[in-house]
Amino acid sequence: MLCDRTGGRQPEAEVSAQAPPGGFHAVFAADQTAVRGALRAALARFVRQMTDDEAGTMELVLAEVFNNIVEHAFADGGPGQIELTISRDELGLMCRIADDGAPMPEGRLPAGRLPSNAVAVEDLPEGGFGWFLIRDLTRELSYVRDGSRNLLMFRLPIAA
Amino acid sequence: MNIIAEALDGALVVRLDEERLDAAIAIQFKDRMREITAQPAERVVLDLSSVAFVDSSGLGAIVSVMKFLAPARKLELAGLTPTVEKVFRLTRMDSVFTIHAEAPGGQIRHAV
Repeated sequence: MLCDRTGGRQPEAEVSAQAPPGGFHAVFAADQTAVRGALRAALARFVRQMTDDEAGTMELVLAEVFNNIVEHAFADGGPGQIELTISRDELGLMCRIADDGAPMPEGRLPAGRLPSNAVAVEDLPEGGFGWFLIRDLTRELSYVRDGSRNLLMFRLPIAA
Repeated sequence: MNIIAEALDGALVVRLDEERLDAAIAIQFKDRMREITAQPAERVVLDLSSVAFVDSSGLGAIVSVMKFLAPARKLELAGLTPTVEKVFRLTRMDSVFTIHAEAPGGQIRHAV
């Protein structure tokens, strides 16, 4: 995982003035390096409130969402921005991710069906896992195109 | 990227010494695996015990290594950490690979 819950100093979370109470807010460039930094900061903010398994799930879901934005919404390589807002409630972490990249194909979320592995080795899938994982690990997943922005919202369940 | 490999009892044991196998290094990982597996070995065992995190790009890269080794050679996995194991289980890729709790031979002594 990007952050270690026991050893050494935790990286300071970039909790901006716009963060909801007990939550997290960050705006960062849509590139691999900036995305890793934001992921690290978001995890550091909540890691003490989660089990290792929940932290792993949070890292995986956010990494998949950010990868999709970097690789697809900004596939033309143009500069882009991602805004991540996370609020904590009794059911877990409500995550809202906005970007100003290209809309989802056909304006809706990919189906995210798990590709079949009951095939010959040479036909095994090398992709198509990302949206399956996001759909499988989140609750209340929704997407809207708001003007020139994509807004993705979901809940990461966390035990009270 | 830190990868070390050692031939051990007919198996080539390759240890990925990186905390993350993700979109940032997936392509580089595939290229390095092609170079390393150019040496002959019936089995290739990928030791992931240092890797705390694999995303869908990393998973796809591991599948692609299995595909370019086939049909002559088999890719096996060892030392999956909990979050990595979860990704394999959720995507049902755990049924595609032979997965060992630990890599054979324990400590790898020689870098190649």
